[in-house]
Amino acid sequence: MSDNEFIKIKNVSKKFDDVVAVDNVDINIARGEFFSLLGPSGCGKTTLLRILAGFEYPSSGKVLIDNVDVTGITPNLRPTNMVFQNYAIFPHINVKKNIEFGLRKEKLSKDALDKRVKDALRMVQLEGYEDRYSNQLSGGQRQRIALARALVKQPKVLLLDEPLGALDKKLREEMQLELRKLQRSVGITFIFVTHDQEEAMTMSDRVAVMNKGKILQISPPRDLYNNPKNLFVGDFIGQINFLESEIKSIDSNNINVLINKLGEHTLTYSGNINKEESIVCAIRPETIQIGNNPDQIKSDITIKGKIANTSFYGNMTYIYVEIEGIAKTLMVSTSDALEGLTYDSECYININLKDIRLIKKN
Amino acid sequence: MYNKNNILFLYAILYFAFLYIPVMLLPVFSFNDAIHMVFPLKGFTLKWYDQMINASRLHQALFNSIKVGVTASIFSTLIALLAAKAFTKYKVRLRQLSYGAILLPFVIPEIIIAVSLIVLWTGMGLQLGLIPVTISHVLFCTPFCMLVLISRMEGFDRNLEEAAMDLGENAWGTFWRVTFPLVLPAIVASLLLSFVISFDEFILAFFLTSNDQTLPLYMWGQLRFPKKLPHVLALGAVIIVATSIIVMLSYWLRNLGKPTDKKSNIGGI
Repeated sequence: MSDNEFIKIKNVSKKFDDVVAVDNVDINIARGEFFSLLGPSGCGKTTLLRILAGFEYPSSGKVLIDNVDVTGITPNLRPTNMVFQNYAIFPHINVKKNIEFGLRKEKLSKDALDKRVKDALRMVQLEGYEDRYSNQLSGGQRQRIALARALVKQPKVLLLDEPLGALDKKLREEMQLELRKLQRSVGITFIFVTHDQEEAMTMSDRVAVMNKGKILQISPPRDLYNNPKNLFVGDFIGQINFLESEIKSIDSNNINVLINKLGEHTLTYSGNINKEESIVCAIRPETIQIGNNPDQIKSDITIKGKIANTSFYGNMTYIYVEIEGIAKTLMVSTSDALEGLTYDSECYININLKDIRLIKKN
Repeated sequence: MYNKNNILFLYAILYFAFLYIPVMLLPVFSFNDAIHMVFPLKGFTLKWYDQMINASRLHQALFNSIKVGVTASIFSTLIALLAAKAFTKYKVRLRQLSYGAILLPFVIPEIIIAVSLIVLWTGMGLQLGLIPVTISHVLFCTPFCMLVLISRMEGFDRNLEEAAMDLGENAWGTFWRVTFPLVLPAIVASLLLSFVISFDEFILAFFLTSNDQTLPLYMWGQLRFPKKLPHVLALGAVIIVATSIIVMLSYWLRNLGKPTDKKSNIGGI
């Protein structure tokens, strides 16, 4: 077994009555990896996590952790621990007893136990909170205690079910950085479930995008953003413009494509594709440049448009450009000052072929 | 606005008077040096209490009532605990219907239950006595216990049990270390409630017992003799005080284990 197959999810499906929550999922996760399951609510990501934890059993397929088949094993006997979405801090016992909860079976001496609790609290920067109760903690603190309670067990895999969802934006961003730092220092494999693409992108080594029970793409964040394999992934991650296109001819990896209003161009595509495939071309808004006159910027494609709207975000501005013959306004983002580019003014947008991605519709 | 408050205040006074004046008459007359319950009061005496303490049949009845009450409350709470657990944990089919079936004994007149039980019990050739009384009290108390326990368990966070399992506990350990302590207040409330219901239950006991009297039966028997009335009043007064203590105790128990200073709840990290 290589470390790349530390966790093997083999053809796992889960049906609830007639609903297929997880549909033939196949993933290998490496030892020490920060792996995210990303998807909209109801996509099956939480069910998959619960299958890993042992709270649900798959209808078919297998789960192996560190070369051991855990498919039918109850949660208490698995080398996994979980951080719940609502943290699930036991309200009837204090922080110290919460953290000690999972250590009962280890039969430690009182001093050893105290040390483990102290170390765990130091790790999440909540030293001295031993005597607090759950209702005396803020959301962020509860989240840290839940983390400490799970990590003190020194699991092989830590499962996190949208643990940052209940925190406000500022705190969430802080915790993202901290969680990543913590994961690197303890070296434990993290599997992180979230519907927030930004969260998945900033923390993970690899992200699996799920929809309707299926895995659509597993890639490192940068790859996921730059080379989405399908319409859903492209749309779900960040902002993107889709342009109706059709394939004219194929010459190995070079594909001649007619893009709506942008003309016929040759794009490269790695992977199998045939001429009948229905496709779109995708362009990220930040790769498009905008100017006042056609000769201002050198690029492969230049086309005239009219500014339909602008919205200012501080670090950048989104400009929505109407182009004759294209139904949806084209989204362009820039961090430059927009001299002479205001609402209703004429503009020229510039696209380079290397920034256009060809995506299969299905 | 000021006037409206005055009227509400008056209403509150009248409301409490209506509730408590009849009850408060009992202790007042239990210290009155006269056999009949009439004003004006004659003089202060403790002799009715003395008489109560020395009435040996009363002691027997009290002991019977406690025996029945304790047994009935334990069994009905246990049955209700398991049923409530199943009801809240699993998606029971025909949930509405079974919920109705649970609550049905509330609306069945006690006398119907009493008659059907007496027919069943004697039909099986068994002796009437405190055992059928206890069984009938279990039957009668269980829906009350169910209501108390279901309401608590419905608000119960299932993730807590999952967290316990995740941290290495099996089903048994999860129950004792998480579920039980968290529903304990409801269990105590259920025990106390069913005990109080059993303790003052009259109709079932009246039909199903033979010579062994429970306290309500004893009191009812004594009312036929005017001379015995005052010490029943004394008994009533003692019961009022004892019940109040039980209620306060249960209230105190419910808050036990919850941290009190919620003010130290600080926001942020």
